[in-house]
Amino acid sequence: MATGEFAAHAVHIHAAPTSWIRKYVFSLDHKVIGIQYFFLALTAVFVGMFLSLLMRIHLIWPAAVLPLLGEIKPETYLTLLTMHGTIMVFFVLTTAPQGGFGNYFLPIQIGAPDMAFPVLNMLSFWVTALAFIVMISAFFVVGGAPLHGWTGYPPLSALPSAGPGEALGADLWVISIALFCLGALMSALNFITTTLDMRAKGMTLMRMPLTCWAWFITAILGLLAFGVLLSAGILLLLDRNAGTSFFVPLVTINGQLTGHKGGSPLLWQHLFWFFGHPEVYIAILPAMGLCSQLLSVFSRKPIFGYKAMVYAMLSIGFLGFMVWGHHMFMSGMSPYTAFAFSVMTMAIGVPSAIKTFNWLGTIWKGRIRFTSPMLFALGFVSLFISGGISGPFLAQPVLDIQLHDTYFVVGHFHLIMGVASIFGIFGATYYWFPKMFGRMMNESMARWHFFITLIGTYAIFMPMHYLGMAAHLRRYSQLTELKYLHDLVPLQEFMTYAAFVTIAGQFIFLFNLFWSMKFGEKATDNPWEATTLEWTTATPPPHDNFGGHIPVVHNGPYEYSVPGAPRDFVMQTDPEIVSAH
Amino acid sequence: MASITTAASTDTARVLIAGNEPPTPASLDFAARLRRARLGLIVALVAIVMIFVSYSSAYVVRQGLPTLDPRTGTLVRDWLPLQLPNFLLINTLVLLISTLTMELARRHAVRVAVAARKAFEPSTRIESDRTPWLALTTVLGVSFLAGQWLVWRELAARGFYVDTSPSSSFFYLLTGMHGIHLLGGILALIAAGAASLFRKCAASSAVVVDATAWYWHFMAFLWVYILCLLEFAR
Repeated sequence: MATGEFAAHAVHIHAAPTSWIRKYVFSLDHKVIGIQYFFLALTAVFVGMFLSLLMRIHLIWPAAVLPLLGEIKPETYLTLLTMHGTIMVFFVLTTAPQGGFGNYFLPIQIGAPDMAFPVLNMLSFWVTALAFIVMISAFFVVGGAPLHGWTGYPPLSALPSAGPGEALGADLWVISIALFCLGALMSALNFITTTLDMRAKGMTLMRMPLTCWAWFITAILGLLAFGVLLSAGILLLLDRNAGTSFFVPLVTINGQLTGHKGGSPLLWQHLFWFFGHPEVYIAILPAMGLCSQLLSVFSRKPIFGYKAMVYAMLSIGFLGFMVWGHHMFMSGMSPYTAFAFSVMTMAIGVPSAIKTFNWLGTIWKGRIRFTSPMLFALGFVSLFISGGISGPFLAQPVLDIQLHDTYFVVGHFHLIMGVASIFGIFGATYYWFPKMFGRMMNESMARWHFFITLIGTYAIFMPMHYLGMAAHLRRYSQLTELKYLHDLVPLQEFMTYAAFVTIAGQFIFLFNLFWSMKFGEKATDNPWEATTLEWTTATPPPHDNFGGHIPVVHNGPYEYSVPGAPRDFVMQTDPEIVSAH
Repeated sequence: MASITTAASTDTARVLIAGNEPPTPASLDFAARLRRARLGLIVALVAIVMIFVSYSSAYVVRQGLPTLDPRTGTLVRDWLPLQLPNFLLINTLVLLISTLTMELARRHAVRVAVAARKAFEPSTRIESDRTPWLALTTVLGVSFLAGQWLVWRELAARGFYVDTSPSSSFFYLLTGMHGIHLLGGILALIAAGAASLFRKCAASSAVVVDATAWYWHFMAFLWVYILCLLEFAR
């Protein structure tokens, strides 16, 4: 054992790879893994978007015969719904902000050469990728993909004979989810250990950028939540294949007893939503952190209330584990229990409001630079408010019983969890693309993309609230049979046209992404004049992130417009500033 | 030297850093890697705890649920109390002994790693890293799993299959999940053993053995918990 071996370890966790396979496919480098996650999510989001487009087309032209798919039967519609939800929630909203950008930028922003466990990091990506392949393969087996919704409620999800997609397709679905949980757990382990153990000298917890705080808290939520989903998934697999009755009560299919008895579908709902509600925050917290970052950078002002932001995120994460029952108000739960869940749910409004007012406080009287990342951050705040404000409505059992199975809920969670998180992903892409790929993205294409997406998504999801209040049930594939639904068809038509335009706008983004990689303007090391550590290193960063040294941090992450400073921003690595403000 | 080798390894690391001599890159690195491995292990154990917490809550909930008897139309319980095979006690004993051998292996590995660092000082004698503890732990771990297999066979012979009653479902589930996790520990032990056989860096193998040991202790604790749940919440 040579001393030199250790000294090498102290700076580089692993040597730079030389072969193509180890460099781009089975890479240990967190930056490559981050980009792999990003492209996995990009693939998934286009698959998921395509499925939603098919649903929108079917809703307003139910008789249309589609190329490749043929006529859409009600069960096909449910299949589209299930796979759209599953792919979007797991492989986009959980994968891109945390696995993608978190992987790439958490180590750099805290001044570490890599993640704590690089091999585990590689493994978590490949397990997630395998989960995606298994999920997609469900489309191509006998019976097709499952139709039990992304929440997989038994007994529908537990009985192979319950529907066309419920045989092998549903098995693949459960296996894919279980694999995804494994990948997410390994990733969470890495994020937490890295944040706690690998911060550079001077990078105290309270000097971390809010993005790092968000990734850290998200990882804690993932660690506590995905294990529960994994165990529920294993129980479901046993119910499906080993004849157990954890979730399946005494049921008959076409008059035949199934052999199951005594199980409780509610048990699944409790386990699932104990994961499912924190999952909402797993999707949105990274976007919150990013939004805080962008608003500060592009307003040239320190973030308003840094500590309040941290504590608000922590309390959102904590409360997120206390409220799963609000997804189950319809399940016949005791009104007292429902009341407790309801109060806890509305309590989340408090830290959410703290965050929103702090964002507004940050841009107040700022010298705002309306760059494309800033536009998406502002869009995020807008969507967070308009999507979040319907939360306290749904948190009340009395209202929820009316609204639960209507489009109101669809509108609510798409605005807040779907589109708001996606805006976080877009903002992150436009903000960090120069660092990741060494070139700037085209600004005018970005603006077109922003305005089309903002107006388009509002046009799709705002009318859903009105549909819901008019008692338009969700998950229905045909609207023509019921008189009162028939009157709402024009609104559905409007939403489908809006979806066409919005989806077309996404191709601007896709084109811009690949075009800019090749032809974009060369990026400098710090194009946005930001203060955090990723902007102190080369563009793109070298294999060990900082080129052979570990940075030393002297300042907080949001030192903008500091009185007496030579520039309007002070890098985190600049010598200590006099804290006059 | 004596005080260093008898101390637990965190203390060792602390002594190495805070001792009279200035810290060398080697000592810093061993301490840092040990700390990182242990932190990672604690985080991983939290995830495993969540899995078994959810199974425990499912166990308690499912136990209290009645089911409809289609012949009489009344609500009945389908939870058949399960008489645990006595052989489980032998398995438990085997696992508890294995935690002792594991602890001996861990202390030895850390001692070797510390000694190897001191090897450059002429007065230090390098201890041999040939002790039976790692191999013995592996054998005991495999014996435990084999014993669990025999228990499963006995239950099946009594007519308790995985789908007979929710109580037997949970028995197979909990013991099976625990077995899978223990198998992971055995694989780590084999990896650590191979590393020391092939004379890999002592510090690396000490880090693996240390983390596996804490994992192993946790698995023994978890097993006792599962046994109590199955026995006292029949």
